[in-house]
Amino acid sequence: MEPRIWREMGLTDEEYERVVQLMGREPNELEVGIFGVMWSEHCSYKTSKPVLRRFPTEGPQVLQGPGENAGIVDIGDGLAVVFKMESHNHPSALEPYQGAATGVGGILRDVFTMGARPIAVLDPLRFGPLEEENTRRLVRGVVAGIGGYGNSIGIPTVAGDVYFHESYRGNPLVNAMAVGLLEHRHIAKGVASGVGNPVMVVGARTGRDGIHGATFASVELSEESEAKRSAVQVGDPFMEKLLMEACLELIQSGAIVGIQDMGAAGLTSSSCEMASRGNSGIEMDLSLVPRRETGMTPYEIMLSESQERMLVVPKAGREQEVEEVFHRWGLEAVVVGKVTADGMLRLLEEGKVVAEIPAKALTDEAPVYHRPTREPEYYARLKEQPLDGIKAAKPYGEILLDLLGSPNLASKSWVYRQYDHQVGTNTVVTPGGDAAVLRVRGTQKGLGMTTDCNARYVYLDPYVGGALAVVEAAQNLVCVGAKPLAITDCLNFGNPEKPEIFWQFEQACAGIAEACRVLETPVTGGNVSLYNETNGEAIYPTPTIGMVGLVENLEQVVRNRFAEPGEEIFLLGEVSGSLAGSEYLALFDGMEAGTLPPLDLKEIKQRLDFMLKLIVAGLVQSAHDVTEGGLAVALAEMAGKCGVRVSIALESAYELAELILLFGERLGRILFTVKPENAAKVQALAEQTGVLVTRLGETGGDTVAISVNGELKLEAAISECQRRSEETLPKALN
Amino acid sequence: MNIGIVRFPGSNCEVDVWEAWKVLGQVPKMLWHQETSVRGYDLIVLPGGFSYGDYLRTGAIARFSPIMEDVIRFAKEGGMVLGICNGFQILTECGLLPGALLRNRDLHFLCQPQYLRAERTDLAFTSLYQKGEVIQIPINHGEGNYAIDDAGLKELEENGQVVFRYVDASGEVNEAGNPNGSRHNIAGIVNREGNVLGMMPHPERVVEEIVGGTDGQRLFLSLVQAWERRMQYGA
Repeated sequence: MEPRIWREMGLTDEEYERVVQLMGREPNELEVGIFGVMWSEHCSYKTSKPVLRRFPTEGPQVLQGPGENAGIVDIGDGLAVVFKMESHNHPSALEPYQGAATGVGGILRDVFTMGARPIAVLDPLRFGPLEEENTRRLVRGVVAGIGGYGNSIGIPTVAGDVYFHESYRGNPLVNAMAVGLLEHRHIAKGVASGVGNPVMVVGARTGRDGIHGATFASVELSEESEAKRSAVQVGDPFMEKLLMEACLELIQSGAIVGIQDMGAAGLTSSSCEMASRGNSGIEMDLSLVPRRETGMTPYEIMLSESQERMLVVPKAGREQEVEEVFHRWGLEAVVVGKVTADGMLRLLEEGKVVAEIPAKALTDEAPVYHRPTREPEYYARLKEQPLDGIKAAKPYGEILLDLLGSPNLASKSWVYRQYDHQVGTNTVVTPGGDAAVLRVRGTQKGLGMTTDCNARYVYLDPYVGGALAVVEAAQNLVCVGAKPLAITDCLNFGNPEKPEIFWQFEQACAGIAEACRVLETPVTGGNVSLYNETNGEAIYPTPTIGMVGLVENLEQVVRNRFAEPGEEIFLLGEVSGSLAGSEYLALFDGMEAGTLPPLDLKEIKQRLDFMLKLIVAGLVQSAHDVTEGGLAVALAEMAGKCGVRVSIALESAYELAELILLFGERLGRILFTVKPENAAKVQALAEQTGVLVTRLGETGGDTVAISVNGELKLEAAISECQRRSEETLPKALN
Repeated sequence: MNIGIVRFPGSNCEVDVWEAWKVLGQVPKMLWHQETSVRGYDLIVLPGGFSYGDYLRTGAIARFSPIMEDVIRFAKEGGMVLGICNGFQILTECGLLPGALLRNRDLHFLCQPQYLRAERTDLAFTSLYQKGEVIQIPINHGEGNYAIDDAGLKELEENGQVVFRYVDASGEVNEAGNPNGSRHNIAGIVNREGNVLGMMPHPERVVEEIVGGTDGQRLFLSLVQAWERRMQYGA
């Protein structure tokens, strides 16, 4: 075989040699194509595997860790929450609407193949600068695509986050997380076992769309990418809704052994992964696969990423039941093969064998690379960059308004108003809250969920920044009254073959692992998206964390707006922050530098436990974590129905002390209000527990007013704060 | 009370409507779109969603489903029919209600709380609201921009067929309170006989305080009350 062929399929010369060795012969072109896609980074995790192994994945709450279609965590009452996050970055860069829409469709399938009914979608998004027309086009397309799919299928999109930064200019990030609920007894798995059991293809017909999408996701984007537009799939939410209802009905009927979504690499990955998990083989005749186009080759059928399809292994003799369920929903279900004992993935065309590969050679035997790492040059330089010469750019009140109106901090209501966030009528805390909360019908319980990652922190210090992404997710959950349970992640990085990028990856994952250990939120699965580069420029390292938490009693849910005037406001954690990596520094000085504040995870864990205890005791009226923009921005975000006046004592004589106090950032801090009659109790509890709590002032009035050492330093009208926050996105995008 | 909720492929608010009725003490039945009779029901609800994917035009294919033929008969014989969102779109497509629902003025899908003013409270659907009362019921649609020709509009207004209008927080009918560009801020209309109501806002989303409010309750309870009266005094 000519080297050109395997190289085009994404295999290196060494990898091709490995294929020949594993096969004991020269593979044919179809087989090379199958290896090419299964050994792509997207399917094989060949680069990231050694790093991911260091994540903590166990805990008493974990029912299913990484390795399945989605993770499963127990929430009591015989119920469990199923969740997973994935990227759809490269397709969305080319076709924002379809790329984002199929991202939602794919992650929903991962959840309902486990037997869970999806209850929510979350979407972390990253784009280039909002000022640029191309960014605007992408934002409009991606948001419409997420809405177009989620709204139609009737699953609420309840949370997410949106950041703008030039590193995402050519390579936006579109991550999607889905959360589902199931009863323990209905857990389904992607496994093919039981020799002689039939193998069925169900759902939509197979077409030529999305061929080699997984390989496409594993290379950098360039001008040539435009030419690969056919690698983007097209979604049909109506079809998926039918497929979802049919699959859930089928799983509950007990007629099946295993089921798996045909996601990246379609029929190829689903068949060999199911066989491999079941220590079995699978034999399929491709001429039996229902197609929507004529003249498709076995290669095209195996590599198609047509959406809304599943591979199902029913118990022998029950295939008719499968057909009946699917026909009732107007869908096809066709037997295409059977489970075998020999561990081979054997493909036939009209009875003639066209490919024969040991299933495990495609999965477990995929190469694993231990990539070299090198600390990038920028790391020490930016860390030590002096922040001298920084001055308050404007009066503090104006700084506050500018920050509130800056694209990263501005209200995202333009985005989430386009998402149906209420269908299902379970959404207790809607978008705009610190975390979304959905009720679990039939119980007192609720599920909190959030996605977070400040990539600027991760860029400046991947270890600390990775840990902070987990911390932010946890503190968001705690602020609504949810106990953090576990995470899924979507690790978006540049080209791992560059040692500096792999260093970022390794460091960030180490930080995530440590934070998950201390905060007791194991990793239950996720997705790695590498090669996020355009013309050689990598995105900021963006390990998005999706976290799920449990609200024991929905009555205790807390919101992030002041409930009424006359409440006392407290700050949990350090009063001041740091300008390092802050939004202030980026917005006013065009600088992204400095050493992030020291991180004490154990202390943060203690604070979060304390906060949750206060909420469960019913002592908290409102709560909000202090993140980008610092204390002043967080206070302004809590103002709505009423304002706030706070008075802070500051001992430092440092000329920037005030600026840092108002706009400096440091995670692990939470603002909360209590009724006056509970203030003394809260302070006593804080002292008892040994956590840092400072009384700042009280709610009231129609401004945000901050005094330092008795002198009024900042005052802004709530109406003006809201106007500035609300106007930015509509102005740019309508 | 026998309530039937029609489930088209692609409906997605049918369970929410069912749950809302359950909260208010009624247990409706789900009717599959391929069924051919709605005899014996006291109320038929056409729920929100994207029936048949809404690929051609919202509601355009649903009107041809087997069950709709009998829903039309049922409505013409005076049976109560409530169409919410996509259900409203289907009612205009099949001619039970006049006008059409076009894409929202700014072309975006909109999911948001919405102030409405109750314009008619002498109907079986709305008797528990106060005339002119401002209530909050969320909207959730991409195509809710109510359109009708001038003559039709004049007729609607003259006959008092406008049941709900979009308003601002103070209850004023104005451009600022109109989310989607609907003519005369129309959010919901009834047929001349008063037994078929179509509305874009979703009352089923606001029957419980914990998920956003209770202003939708009285629409459902009005229907129960009307039914009880009918049972008591005969139709």
